[in-house]
Order: sequence, then C-alpha cells, then structure tokens
Amino acid sequence: MLRPSTIGDLCEIVADGGPLRLRGGGSKDAIGSSTEAAVVDMRGFCGVADYDPPELVLTVGAGTPLAEVEALVAAERQMLAFDPVDHAHLLGGEPGRATIGGIIAAGVAGPARLSRGAARDHVLGFTAVSGRGEAFVAGAKVVKNVTGYDLPKLVTGSWGRLAALTQVTLKVLPAPETSGTVVLRGQDAAHAQGAMARAMGTAAEVSAAAHLPDWDGGAVTALRLDGFAPSVRGRIERLKAEIPALEVLEDGARLWEAVRHATTLPRSRPLWRCIVPARQAPVLVDALPGSDWLFDWAGGLVWLATEADPALVRSAAEAAGGHAMLVRASAVMRAAVPALHPQPAPLAALEERVRRAFDPAGVFETGRF
Amino acid sequence: MALCMPEPDAGVLARRGAIVAALRRIVPDGVIDDGDCLAPYECDGLTAYRQRPMVVVLPETTAQVAAVLAWCQANGVKVVPRGAGTSLSGGALPLVDGVLLGMARFNRILEVDYPERVAVVQPGVTNLAITRAVEDAGLYYAPDPSSQIACTIGGNVAENSGGVHCLKYGLTSNNVLGVELVTMEGEVLRLGGKGLEPQGLDLLGVVVGSEGLLGVVTEVTVRLLPKPETAKALLIGFSNVESAGQCVAEVIGAGIIPAGMEMMDREAVHAAEAFVGAGYPLDVEALLIVELDGPEAECVHLVGEVERIARANGAVSVRASRDDAERAVFWAGRKAAFPAAGRISPDYYCMDGTIPRRRLPEVLRRMKELSAQFGLGVINVFHAGDGNLHPLILYDANRDGELEQAEAFGAEILKLCVEVGGVLTGEHGVGVEKRDLMPTMFTPVDLAHQQRVKCAFDPSLLLNPGKVFPQLHRCAELGRMHVHGGQLPHPELPRI
Repeated sequence: MLRPSTIGDLCEIVADGGPLRLRGGGSKDAIGSSTEAAVVDMRGFCGVADYDPPELVLTVGAGTPLAEVEALVAAERQMLAFDPVDHAHLLGGEPGRATIGGIIAAGVAGPARLSRGAARDHVLGFTAVSGRGEAFVAGAKVVKNVTGYDLPKLVTGSWGRLAALTQVTLKVLPAPETSGTVVLRGQDAAHAQGAMARAMGTAAEVSAAAHLPDWDGGAVTALRLDGFAPSVRGRIERLKAEIPALEVLEDGARLWEAVRHATTLPRSRPLWRCIVPARQAPVLVDALPGSDWLFDWAGGLVWLATEADPALVRSAAEAAGGHAMLVRASAVMRAAVPALHPQPAPLAALEERVRRAFDPAGVFETGRF
Repeated sequence: MALCMPEPDAGVLARRGAIVAALRRIVPDGVIDDGDCLAPYECDGLTAYRQRPMVVVLPETTAQVAAVLAWCQANGVKVVPRGAGTSLSGGALPLVDGVLLGMARFNRILEVDYPERVAVVQPGVTNLAITRAVEDAGLYYAPDPSSQIACTIGGNVAENSGGVHCLKYGLTSNNVLGVELVTMEGEVLRLGGKGLEPQGLDLLGVVVGSEGLLGVVTEVTVRLLPKPETAKALLIGFSNVESAGQCVAEVIGAGIIPAGMEMMDREAVHAAEAFVGAGYPLDVEALLIVELDGPEAECVHLVGEVERIARANGAVSVRASRDDAERAVFWAGRKAAFPAAGRISPDYYCMDGTIPRRRLPEVLRRMKELSAQFGLGVINVFHAGDGNLHPLILYDANRDGELEQAEAFGAEILKLCVEVGGVLTGEHGVGVEKRDLMPTMFTPVDLAHQQRVKCAFDPSLLLNPGKVFPQLHRCAELGRMHVHGGQLPHPELPRI
C-alpha cells in the first residue's frame, strides 16, 4: 500500500506507472471486480483548508472522513445537500471509513438528491494529480463560476479513472430546520409511482419520495418535506388537500435510513442500482418478477435485489430507458459482470478518448470496471 | 480591434465557391453567402468584435448538422456554432475562413412530459418559450438569464447560463438532463436522457458550458419545476456597503437561501431610478433586493426574518412588496440597470467576475481607485447571493482610445476578482473576451488538462477555434506522455 501525503509524493507514484487503485477509506472496496493493482491510500490528504459558512463554500482534503466533514458543517447548521451515503451500511464493514474524496469519485448521493441535486451539482473545484503524474486544478472556490471546462463534473462519479483527487471544494447549503414525513399505505408499484409524481408536481416542494413494498408489514409510499417549521406544516396540509389518504409518519427518520441504505432488501441477493425515468420504475420491476426492490427518487432510482440473469437486468433497465449498476455481489459474479452498465459503442469510444486525455498510459485502469 | 484569432487558411478561402456549393447540396434552402446578408451574423452580444463569416449555413435537421460537420471535418473547414447570438463574451464571433452554423431553425418543442416534469426541445427554442409552453400546467424552467426572451436553450447549454435565481435553483448544468450532440466528425451521440443520472463518465457535465467547442447540440432535455406558490420581495437600503454585505452573510447564515438577492451601488441606484422611477431610495450607498419564494407560509415567515436581520444591520429603509405588481416595480430598476447605464453614457462595458462575498467592500473600494486611475466611471450591480459582480464601465467609443481604456480597466477588475480568490466569469463565459486572461486563473498544466478534453471531442480543432483557450495547442503537442525508464506502462496496449 502506497501512502502519499504530499502532492509531490503522489506525482512521483503516478509517474512510476500503474496500475494504481485509488482508495480512501475502502468503504466501496466490494464494488467492481477485484484487482491486483497497487493500492494508493489517499487518506494522507486530509484536513479542512477553508470553511466560511456564509460563503457556502468548503475546501477540504479529499482523504478527510465523510463523517468528519458532515460533523463540521452540521455544527454550523449546514449540510452536504446531495445527501451522501456511507457504503459500509450497504456493503458491510465498519461505518465511518468513507472519505469525502471517495464520495465524490463515486458520485454518491442519497434520497434528497431528488430535490437538491447530485454530488456533481455541488462540486465547485478540485486539485488532483492526473494519470500523467501532473498536479492540476479545475473549477474554483466560489459558488458561481463558468471559467473553463467544468472538469469538477467530469471527475465526479469517474471512479478514480481520470485523476487522484487531493482536495475538493464543495458548495454547502443551510440544513433544514425541521423535517416531516407523510405516507400513503397499501399502494402497488404503479399507484405508488403515480402518487409520488403527483406530489412532485405540486408546489409543496417535496424533498424526498420513496416507496417500500414492505415496511412494518405493508407497502408504504413516503414523502419528506424539509424546511422551516411553519413552512413544513403548511406544505403538509397542502399535500393532504391534494392526496387526502396521506398520513403523518412520526418516525420518519428510521424509514429514510432504510431507504438510504436499502436495508429492507435481502443481503443474500445481488444488488443493483437502476436509474430510469421515474415512470418506468414499475415497468422495470414488473419485467423482473421475483425480485425484491424499493423505489427512491420518486421512482428514478430502483434498488433491485435479484437472482435474475445480469443480462436480463441490464436489458430490462435499457428497455426502461435507463441503466443498471451492479453494487453488491459475490466476488465470482463481480469478476464476470462489469459493475458499470456498458455504453453504446460510439459513446464508449468517446469516453475512452476522454480517459486517455487524463491518463494516456492507463495508470488508473485497474480492470476493476 | 486587436484580437488575435487563428490564422486564416488561405487554401480554404480560395475554395470558398466549392465550399458554398457543397453546403448547398446538404442544406439546399439554408445557405447564405451574399455579402450584405452575412452582416447580421458578424457579431454577437459582444459588439466590439466583428467579423463576417465566410458563409452561413442554417440546417433544419440533425442529419443535416451531422452532414455539414462531417463534410467540414473531411475538408479541413472551421465551424462556429451560433444560437441567438446574445453571448456577451464573443462565443459566436465568426471566423473569416469559417462556416457559421446557425441553429435558429431548430425551433420546436418536441415533447413535454408532464408526469416526469421534463421537456424535450430543439436548441433554437428560446429560454422563455419553454416556460411559456408549460406554465399553464404550473411548471417552469428555472434558469432565467436576463436575455431569456431572446437567448436559446442551445446557447444556454453552450454557455452554462445562469440568471438572478441561480443561487437557489442552479445554473443550466443543474437543470439539463440530457442532450443529443453531434461531434465535429458528424457522429450523433446521446448524453443523458430523462433519468436523473447519465451512465458512465459525466460527459454531459463537461459539454454544458463548453462554449461550442466540443460539439453541436441538436436536442436538449430539461428539468421543469413546479412554479412557486408565492413570491415576495424586500427593498432594503443601507448607508454603507459593509452593512449591506453583512446583511447578506447573515441572511444566508440564518439558513435562508433567497430566490434572488441583488445589490446595487449608489451610482447604479441613481441611474436606474432616473431611468424607470422604481421608487428606490436615493440616499443610500447600497440597495438590496431580496426575493423569497415558496409556499405562502414560508414566504411570510422568511420576509419577517430577513426584515429583522436587515434592521439589526442598520438598514435605513426596508420595504416589503404588498403584491406581485409592487414586486415587479422593485425589480424594474434592477432589470433596467443596463439600459440605464446606456442612458448616462454613450457606451458601457459589462463585466462578470465572481468573488467570495466577504471581499466585497475591498473589491468595490479598489474598483473606485481603478475608476479614478483610468478616468472612466463604473456602476455596480451584483448578484449578492452568489458573489457574481457585474460592474458596468462607462465610456464613449467615439473618443479616441476610450474603448481600449475600458477594456484595460475591465481586465484589471477581473484580475482583481482572481486575486481575492474569485474567477474571471460567473455566467457570461470566456469566449474571446476573457480568453487571454485565462492564465491569471490557470497554469499551463491546468489549461492543458482542459484542452485535452477538447482534443478528445475534436482532435482537428475545427470547432469554434480561437475561443476560451489563449493558445490552442495542436493535440499532438499536448499528448506527450511521460515515459519512465524507457518503458511505457502496459506495453501490450496499442498507442496511437
């Protein structure tokens, strides 16, 4: 294991050649096929460089633990609005190891992503070492910037295949004063999706919407409203006027934790993360009978635990206008089935050229994806 | 104007007739090659720079766009894409040896998917037309650049356009879900779609805001939002800029993200008031407009909060809009700030840097010093919520050398923005205008990492060259690999 703590060290390691596997806390080690690549532990790049809450900007070492970042901003009543998730809950292992750099590299976002945007929407800038062994910066440290290409979006969710992030600048937002959850009970997939779409179409500003086919003994469709107390009260009343069967759920936090970590799905089955146009979510699960599933993002994200043939899962996701990522599976299955959904050929070729632009020699190509 | 553009290709100019004929075979009813008819295309919103294109082509279908680009690629002809031509940074400035590819005929809204709250539109549809098409259903398209009545969504994608509401609702890139893109080689690609996230690398993220250098967008899928139930605005006057800045910081510190938060300095207030009579207080050094939107209960609550914070920071006047008509009046002066500048000065030059908000008093003070040094007036309007400054430099182009002085003053302002930790452009783009200032913000290594993305999309550098990058290196020059110990990593892989 290589443990650089300065950009100079990291440049040298990369210049020495690969393949190199970039690793933060290792919370997502179990995604993708296993590889023999040398591991570069990025946790040496840690610590807060700058945080001025009224500017809504946080600059932090990429190896800083997510939990530390979240505690820092929470103390100022702010949040990482894309609602990042620690994969330890999903994949096993000790929670608290995930780093902010790993979260950004994997483009991780939770239930509130529906209303507040993905990780990529909150990455303002970064410092990194590309596969050329060169340190570079992109983006900036202010909330509004269009100077040069938006490389912060490109590296977010690139799974460490373009550059090793050493520092990230994030947009932070005020944390809501309070939250309320209302639920609809006993809906099937199609009706649940319809109700969520209807709620999202109102001015009630629903921040998260999920459907669990089995929660405390029955199907529950849940809508979360965040904000100032008088506003949350008013919007709940407004939603009830639109959908009278809604009832207030007192223990909303527990439900949203279950959605965030897909804990209602059996751990024994391979787990897929399917992104589809929301209306297609019921169509997708109908196409894969016998699967366990839940809907997040009003149906735009389907967590699917299934023994179905991977090719069938991927063709069903494509037929639904989306794509499927294999998140949790045995090592044998991960060796045979690529984690990321294969691209159409012309797009794959362009993606390859973009990866080569940052990493011409394939230093970060570990075979993991 | 002393603007260095790529050396014209004499060979291409000599073949002009054949090029026009070839384009006419692809788009029989959409080629303009007559001198006078080319005039409307010679500049965009940055009118100081003008250049007639070699020829204009106005395709109507994706297949025609692909054929035009493929032909130009095969024949080594440069192409400059253009939407409505409202760019303030010269992004659509033509080239003397280039084809101007106008997207105006792509003007249809293809689909509004109400349950998914998305619209699929052609790139020549105006920003405002999207909202007009869906507002009956209570929806709207959030980014609202001030040119929204004229600017097109294709241009918005190219420039990653913002607007006064973008602190709360984001820029174009936060509201576009997918595009159909034609590469310079004529390949038609789909990036993203109606789903919330594209698969693979976020190429969509880098295409948005790439200023027409990576590909030509022929279809755009945008996210629509439910229209906020209510909106209220506050007009708050301060006797000094520091207090106004502190008020902005404390509003955000209180957990409030206003839909819009604008600041005007004394000179801007006076110019706007003289122009439209919005009822602005004239005895203030800084005026804030704070707009809050959302459910009625929330608006009422937040108006009270903002008013409390304003008074605690020594506001000398506070007015809340009683109805939408009064709210519109509050905005009228701010929205008229540019024409108001045009009324007090023969010409003005609009800048667009962003700074960390905490540095505002210092930046305004140094801007006043620069104003005295250059002998040119400046008035300041400012998206206060996100730190995006729009200084308007007042000058007279008929006076010898004043335009050059205005540009030099503008460059100093942008350098100042970078020096205090900000950026060259918050929403107008780099284009040709700020191209040569890029090295104040990025090292050659930083810029090379951006340019190689350009090379991945357009290896021949034929699409909109001369924009964004101060020097467009040949891709082969950028492609040098570090070779360690004489051995390439992965010797088994082909390298071309």
